[in-house]
Amino acid sequence: MNKLVSLVAGIIFGIGLVISEMINPEKVLGFLNLFGNWDPSLAFVMIGALVVSSPLFHLIKKKEKPIFAENFNYSNNKNINNRLIIGSVLFGAGWGLVGLCPGPAISSIALLNIHSIIFIVAMFFGFYLVKLINFDNKNA
Amino acid sequence: MNIVNFTPVTATLGGILIGLAVVVFFLFNGRLVGISGIAANALTEKNNRFDNILFLLGLVIGPILYSLFTKNEINITISNSFILLIIAGLLVGIGTRISGGCTSGHGISGIGRFSLRSIVATITFMIVGILTVLIKNFI
Repeated sequence: MNKLVSLVAGIIFGIGLVISEMINPEKVLGFLNLFGNWDPSLAFVMIGALVVSSPLFHLIKKKEKPIFAENFNYSNNKNINNRLIIGSVLFGAGWGLVGLCPGPAISSIALLNIHSIIFIVAMFFGFYLVKLINFDNKNA
Repeated sequence: MNIVNFTPVTATLGGILIGLAVVVFFLFNGRLVGISGIAANALTEKNNRFDNILFLLGLVIGPILYSLFTKNEINITISNSFILLIIAGLLVGIGTRISGGCTSGHGISGIGRFSLRSIVATITFMIVGILTVLIKNFI
C-alpha cells in the first residue's frame, strides 16, 4: 500500500505544481524578480502548502506510527553550519539562473521539453557528484 | 517594484494540493517530502528506491492527468542556452545535496515543522535567487 501512496502523493504534488503554474520557470523567475516586475504568486503557493501541512504535521507526529510504515522516518538534523549555507547559496544561484528547482523540473518531463531535460540530466549528475565525494570522505 | 502576472487564487489552490501531498506522504508512509532528496536517493540509494521512483513517476503523471481531464494545455517557457541549463542543473543538484533540501524539503516540509535549519536555508536560497535574477537583469 505504501507504494500506491508514494505514487498518489507524487501525482497530487505534480497537479499542484501545474495548477499553481510553478511548473513554469518563467513564473518562478517572476517571483525572484523582486526588484523588477514582481509576481508574488510563489509566496502564496508556499503559504497554501504550509497552512495545510504545518498543523497536520504536528497532529500526525503525535501518532505512534504512520499508517503503512513501522515508524516515522525523517531527519532531525538541527545543524546550521557552513554546509547548509554553502549548499543553499549554490542552489539559489542555479534556481535564479533558469527558474527550475527539482520538483517542477521533474514534473516538466511530462511536457518533453528539451531544455528542462538537459537541466535534469545535469542536476542528477550533481546529485551523483556529491554522493561520490561523501563516499570518499566516509572511507578516508 | 511593479506587481505583474499575479495569480493568488490558483497559486493558493496549487499550494494547498502540494501541502496535501506532503501530509499524505507523512501520514501513510511516515516520510517528509523533499524532492531533491527523493530524486537523489532514487539514483544512489537502494533503500526505499522503488517508493522514491514511484513518487517521481507521480510527479510526471500529475501534469498528464491534469491535461487529460481539463483539456488545458500546459505551457512552460525556458529560454536559456544549453550551457546555462547545464551550469544551473549542476548548481541545483550539488547545492541541494550539500544543504540537504530544496524548495519542497526545506521550504515546505522543513518550515512546516518549524525547523530553524530549514528557515535559514530557505531565506538563504531565496535571497541568492533574487540576487541572481537582479544581476542577470543588469547583464
